[in-house]
Amino acid sequence: MAPSACPKLKSIDLNFYYGTYKALHGISIEIHERKVTAFIGPSGCGKSTFLRTMNRMNEALRNTRVEGQLLLDGEDIFPMEVSGLRRRVGMVFQRPNPFPKSIYDNVAYGPRVNGSVRRGDMDAKVEQSLRGAALWDEVKDKLHKSAFDLSGGQQQRLCIARALAVDPEVLLLDEPCSALDPIATSKIEELLFELKKICTIVIVTHNMQQAARVADYTGFFLLGKLIEFADTKVIFKNPTKKETEDYITGRFG
Amino acid sequence: MRHFVEELEQLKSKLLEESALVESAIYRSITAVVQKDEALARDVLANEVRINQIEIEIDDAAVSLLALQQPMAVDLRFIISTIKINNDLERMGDLAVNIAERALSLLGEPVVKPMVDIPHIAALVQSMVRKCLDSFVNRDADLARSVLSSDNAVDELRNASFHELISFMERSPGNIRQAVDLLSVVRNLERIADHATNIAEDVLFLTKGIDVRHHAEPRV
Repeated sequence: MAPSACPKLKSIDLNFYYGTYKALHGISIEIHERKVTAFIGPSGCGKSTFLRTMNRMNEALRNTRVEGQLLLDGEDIFPMEVSGLRRRVGMVFQRPNPFPKSIYDNVAYGPRVNGSVRRGDMDAKVEQSLRGAALWDEVKDKLHKSAFDLSGGQQQRLCIARALAVDPEVLLLDEPCSALDPIATSKIEELLFELKKICTIVIVTHNMQQAARVADYTGFFLLGKLIEFADTKVIFKNPTKKETEDYITGRFG
Repeated sequence: MRHFVEELEQLKSKLLEESALVESAIYRSITAVVQKDEALARDVLANEVRINQIEIEIDDAAVSLLALQQPMAVDLRFIISTIKINNDLERMGDLAVNIAERALSLLGEPVVKPMVDIPHIAALVQSMVRKCLDSFVNRDADLARSVLSSDNAVDELRNASFHELISFMERSPGNIRQAVDLLSVVRNLERIADHATNIAEDVLFLTKGIDVRHHAEPRV
């Protein structure tokens, strides 16, 4: 694919092992800045493993090992201090996982821990993050209610707001809509078009139509390998590799 | 997913049924002109209804597949090409009807000019139609390209017959009526060739994902 002048993230021949099982085979990819990149592929293909490698979430698992390089703005992430990396590279998971706190405190949590926002500026930061996640209008009158009072779709947008509150450069989304209904899904998808103006987005999805709708670039993973990575229009109109064609036309397996 | 593949096959069968009817209409209309066969010309007029009906059925099935199956990649290109080819085929059917109407008009006319060029052009046009449809059925990009290269030959033959028919008219005003009908036959044949060219371009889109219309991408 066309190399970016300055990729936000770049992996070079990255391998990943769960114990002796090799889950990722020589992944080399360039993630473009302020674009949406989607990873698709069947269950177990390595797409989520690769996503979690991007902010070193896999390190929480025992007996895992990574080889190769993953560069953020040209700097290898593996020697970095991990909390600093995760401030820059945020993540939103499949199931909404708000903290058992108020809506306000969920969003303020990161800035408070980081000490990145002055106390007097916190209200503005919370509002800015909730607006960024397209949730402000729905919650502005109940900021001090429990986050668990929100619907699933609202909770997921709250998690996005929480991630935005620390001004991440990259946002990783691991199937963020799989637990949501179509209306909530559509709100998150619309949100991505706004969010990519301020940060780089990488999304893993089982829903190919979702990748087609939201992503600028799409990568297809199969059996731990990145089979094809290209402009989303190319992947869905005229993919180069037969494996990609078979998967997206449902003739897989 | 097997179900979807079956539906794609049914769509293809319908398009093949339509193309068989259109090929037959073209053949009959030309034969009606050349052999002054009234019954064949009337067959063409009568069969147009069926072509129009299939056109609607194909569009309806294609739109349903787009809406319900969200096809991707080659399946998407197949359905898009089917919609476009369907449109071209129906137009070709209309043009065959035009030719059949000229055949009826020519029935009372004595054969004052041997129609050398019309069978020649007709043979070339019919071969283009056959090839573009075969290239669709077999997803044969090379055959589709060969249709594109025939289009210029048809244009040249049309120009040559226009010149001939003009001089035929200039010889005697009594020839004009017949010559105008024959001009119309040639013009309709040339348009059929244009639609065959469109279909060949759609087959290249289907097979290669490229757009060669108006030389947007190289044809070879």
